[in-house]
Amino acid sequence: MLDDFMIRATLAGIGVAVAAAPLGCFVVWRRMAYFGEATAHAAMLGVALSLALNLSIFFGVLVVAVVMAWIVTQLSGRNYAMDTLLGVFAHSSLAVGLVLVSFLAGIRLDLMAYLFGDILAVSRLDLAIIWSGVAVVIGLIFWRWTALLTATINEELAYANGLNPRQEQLFLSLALGVTIAVAIKVVGVLLIVSMLIIPAAAARNFVRTPEAMVISTAIIGSISTLVGLRGAYIFDTPPGPSIVCIAFALFIISTIIGFIKTRG
Amino acid sequence: MNLINVENLSVSYGLNTVLRGVDFKIELGEIVTVVGPNGSGKTSLLKAIIGAIKPAKGSITLKPRLKIGYVPQRLNFQSTLPITVERFVRLTGKIDQKSCISALEIAGVSELLKSQMSELSGGQFQRVLLARALLGDPEILILDEATQGLDQPGSASFYRQLETVRQDTGCAVLMISHDLHVVMSASDRVICLNGHVCCAGTPAVVASTPEYKALFGDGTDGALALYRHDHGHDHSKIKSEQL
Repeated sequence: MLDDFMIRATLAGIGVAVAAAPLGCFVVWRRMAYFGEATAHAAMLGVALSLALNLSIFFGVLVVAVVMAWIVTQLSGRNYAMDTLLGVFAHSSLAVGLVLVSFLAGIRLDLMAYLFGDILAVSRLDLAIIWSGVAVVIGLIFWRWTALLTATINEELAYANGLNPRQEQLFLSLALGVTIAVAIKVVGVLLIVSMLIIPAAAARNFVRTPEAMVISTAIIGSISTLVGLRGAYIFDTPPGPSIVCIAFALFIISTIIGFIKTRG
Repeated sequence: MNLINVENLSVSYGLNTVLRGVDFKIELGEIVTVVGPNGSGKTSLLKAIIGAIKPAKGSITLKPRLKIGYVPQRLNFQSTLPITVERFVRLTGKIDQKSCISALEIAGVSELLKSQMSELSGGQFQRVLLARALLGDPEILILDEATQGLDQPGSASFYRQLETVRQDTGCAVLMISHDLHVVMSASDRVICLNGHVCCAGTPAVVASTPEYKALFGDGTDGALALYRHDHGHDHSKIKSEQL
């Protein structure tokens, strides 16, 4: 069954959608849409470092994403707001990454490849890496679920309950780093960031509990992958952007339904 | 053992020191109120106690495994997060539905069990926060201007509920309040704060100190006489008023 490239692509896309579902919900709840994007941009520095040091791309991207998240979390709240720091670090690490690559003899970084990935070229090994990442992310979120929710609602309430919101933020960053690291080569930065935000935003209109929102988000993300890939196959369109277009269409439908519901 | 021991506490934000050399302790079951003008470091004091900010100097010792029920000053609730009142109240700790409902009843908002948190009014929100703070048998309630956003009858009944809770459960209360009438009548001890502890003691003692008068004027002397706490009075009367 895994011999068929369409099936491997579909499984890879659904893996990313499932890992991105809980993370995307936190991104929407905590108003840190920019955080996902910044981490994804910083991942380019990880790619460059991996090439320079001859490490695996997975490892380089994971380290850079987590280190950036850690620095931003530590510095925020003093003289700079989170979004300012994210802007500084995201674009700087992207620039440093590109400059670094220019020093490497014989290596041309194909930026487009990492922006859009190549989901149709997913190998069995890629699939194994993606689904291991999914297992790690789901495990991490499940383990810290209550603490993460409490810290999301209010940091002081979390402190009073003996939790450490900054530590929870790091868990979230780690999960985000893992997701981007396993998925960047295959689906690209654009699709990861879209999968983080659009399905969660589409799910918000239908749900009354946090758990329901995570599950709905995973379903919306998976439907986008299935329909998007099928459409790309039939109409010969680029697969990654096709998936994002379907997610966007679902978001619009959800928004219209939400609008009718609040009026009626 | 004291619930909370604060010794020589200083809190700074960058170069700006908001609290210097604060000493006080809270014993089992007592109601202690912190009063002071804006910017006097009241909220910083509470945040340091719950561990949300680190002291620049001095120490805060909590009774081991102290159970704190905390009601923050303002909660900027993320309306992006869908969650019912029940789920929110039961989120931390293993709280069964029965105790959740009874805590909401004590706070006077049991009808909101299935409502969305994002749809509550300011007053309802404050009561749900109180209900949440009451659960898990706290040994101390820490309230940061908990009645902010409530109207007069609302805040009066809030303090009556607080009193009832204290009598039923024996938990201590540490609160910041601007309602000087209530402070003076309902507290065992008052701490008057202005970057440092200006004066502290029973309401009657504090109200007569020159430091307190310098901060708040003489006006509340009359209020004190009018509302002075009488430990012998009958609470059944208040309860029937509520009905």
